[in-house]
Amino acid sequence: MAEFLPLKEAVSKYINNGDTVAMEGFTHLIPFAAGHEIIRQEKRDLTLIRMTPDLVYDQMIGAGCAKKLIFSWGGNPGVGSLHRLRDAVEKGWPNKLEILEHSHAAMANAYEAGAAGLPLAVLRGYVGSDLPKVNDQIKFIECPFTGERLAAIPSIRPDVAVIHAQRADRKGNVLIEGIVGIQKEVVLAARRSIVTVEEIVDDLGASVNACVLPSWAITAIAEAPQGAKPSYALGYYDRDNAFYKDWDGIARDRETFQEWLKENVFEKGAA
Amino acid sequence: MSLEFTASEMMSVTAARALTNDMTCFVGIGLPSEAANLARLTHAPDVTLIYESGTLQTKPDVLPLSIGDGELCESALTTVSVPEMFRYWLQGGHISVGFLGTAQIDRYANLNTTLIGDYREPRIRLPGGGGAPEIATNAKEVFITVKHSRRTFVKDVDFVTTVGFGRDGKARDKVPNIGRGPTVVITDLCILKPDPETKELVVTSLHPNVTRQDVIEATGWEIRFADQLETTPAPTAEELEVLRDLKARTNAHHASTQSGQQ
Repeated sequence: MAEFLPLKEAVSKYINNGDTVAMEGFTHLIPFAAGHEIIRQEKRDLTLIRMTPDLVYDQMIGAGCAKKLIFSWGGNPGVGSLHRLRDAVEKGWPNKLEILEHSHAAMANAYEAGAAGLPLAVLRGYVGSDLPKVNDQIKFIECPFTGERLAAIPSIRPDVAVIHAQRADRKGNVLIEGIVGIQKEVVLAARRSIVTVEEIVDDLGASVNACVLPSWAITAIAEAPQGAKPSYALGYYDRDNAFYKDWDGIARDRETFQEWLKENVFEKGAA
Repeated sequence: MSLEFTASEMMSVTAARALTNDMTCFVGIGLPSEAANLARLTHAPDVTLIYESGTLQTKPDVLPLSIGDGELCESALTTVSVPEMFRYWLQGGHISVGFLGTAQIDRYANLNTTLIGDYREPRIRLPGGGGAPEIATNAKEVFITVKHSRRTFVKDVDFVTTVGFGRDGKARDKVPNIGRGPTVVITDLCILKPDPETKELVVTSLHPNVTRQDVIEATGWEIRFADQLETTPAPTAEELEVLRDLKARTNAHHASTQSGQQ
C-alpha cells in the first residue's frame, strides 16, 4: 500500500544521490513541487529522465542536481531554449552534463516496455536520422518474422518515478485525468514511486475506464496543492503561459536565475 | 482593391490551404499549429487535428503555446496516452499528414532541430527531435512550413534530426512501410516541392511581390525554379480576418494567465 508522507520526507526517504529519477507529466501535471524539494535537499549526481525536460529540469540542472539527462525534446514550449540546460551542455555550468537523446516515440515506447517488464522496446523509428550516430543506446534489429529492420532501445527502468496527479483517496488510489502522458507507464516502470496530488478525498469520482493507479502500485503519496504550477492540473488551475514566457528572461542569466532560485525555492519550504 | 498583408500572413494562409477536409493531420507546435487551425476555421472545418500530447481530433479556440495546453484536451474528441499516440495512431498508419516546422532545412528537405555546430561541442544547442523523426516517416506525407532565410535554408544540415530524403535524396528508397516524405515546403517567400526524380527542393510558386532574386538571396544553395513557375494566390479578406482574430485571441489568452511567483 502507498505510504502517505509529507513531501519533504518522501523525497528524503526515496530519492538518493546518484539515483536515476524520472519525473514525468507531458506538459500537463509536471511535478514542480517535488522538483523544488529535490533542489532544497541538494540531491546530487542524479540521472534525470524526462521526455520534455521543461522548466522543472531546467531549474534542477541549474541548481546542480543532475549529472546526466535523458530526454527527447529540450525546449521551453512555444518560447525557445531552456537556458540552464543549454548553459550546462554548452559551457558545463554549474557542472558538466552528459546527455543522451531520443525521439518522443522512442522514449514513449521505452517507458511502456519498462512498465511491461521487458528489456527493450521495438519501434519503426529513427529511419534516416543522425540520432543513432550520437546515441549508442539506439540499435537496429531484424524482425524474425518479416525481416523488416526496426529500431530497438533499452526499456526505461528508473530507480524512482515522480508524478503529480489530481487526487488520491484515503487508501492511496490515485486518479489522473486529462493529458495522461506517460504517467502510468513511468510509475509501473520504476522501482519506487512518489506521487504528489492536488488533494486527498473520500471518493475519487473515477469513471469506469479512468486512468487510476492502485495504492499497491505506488510507494509514497504526498499532498502538494498547486504542485504542478506553473504547468497545470486539469480541473484545478490553468497553465501559467505568462510565466513560461517570463522564464526565458529569468533563466538566460546565471545571476538572475540564482536569485530566483533563492527567493522561490530555497526560501520557501515544502507545503 | 488589393488587400495589405505581411509575409508571415502570406505564409500561414498558404500553409493552411495545403490542408483539406479529409486529412488527418499530426500537428507540430508553432507555425504548423497556426496554419492547421486556420485551415480548420476557414475552408477545412472537418480536418482532423492531432497533437502529440495525445489529443485526438482537437478544436482549440486559441492557439496552444505548448503541445499540451489544457485547451487542446478540453476541445478534443478524446485524449489518449502518449505511448498510444505514437504506437497506435502514428505508427499504426492513421495519420495522412505530418505538419512540421524546423530550425534548419537542406536541399533534400532534411530537418535539423538538434544543434548548430558539432554534436559534442555545439555552438548552439536546439531543443531536439521531439515527435518529428517518426512523424516524418510514419505519416503518409509531410508538409513543412518555415521562414525563408540563409540561416535556415542550408545546403546540408549540420545534423539530420528528421529525414526528408537523406544526404543523397535516396534515404526512402526501398525502405518498407515508410511515408512519401515531404511533399511541400511553404515559406514566407514561396512554395517548394521535391523534384520527382532527384528529390531536390525546387521552387514551384512565388508569393505575390516576391522575386526570384529574393529567393536566391535567402537560400544557401543554388536554388532551382520550376519551368512552370506560378504565383501564389494572395490571401482573401476572409482568410486574413480569421487569422488576425485567431492571433489576437491567442495573444490575449496567453498574456492573461496570472504570472508571478510560484
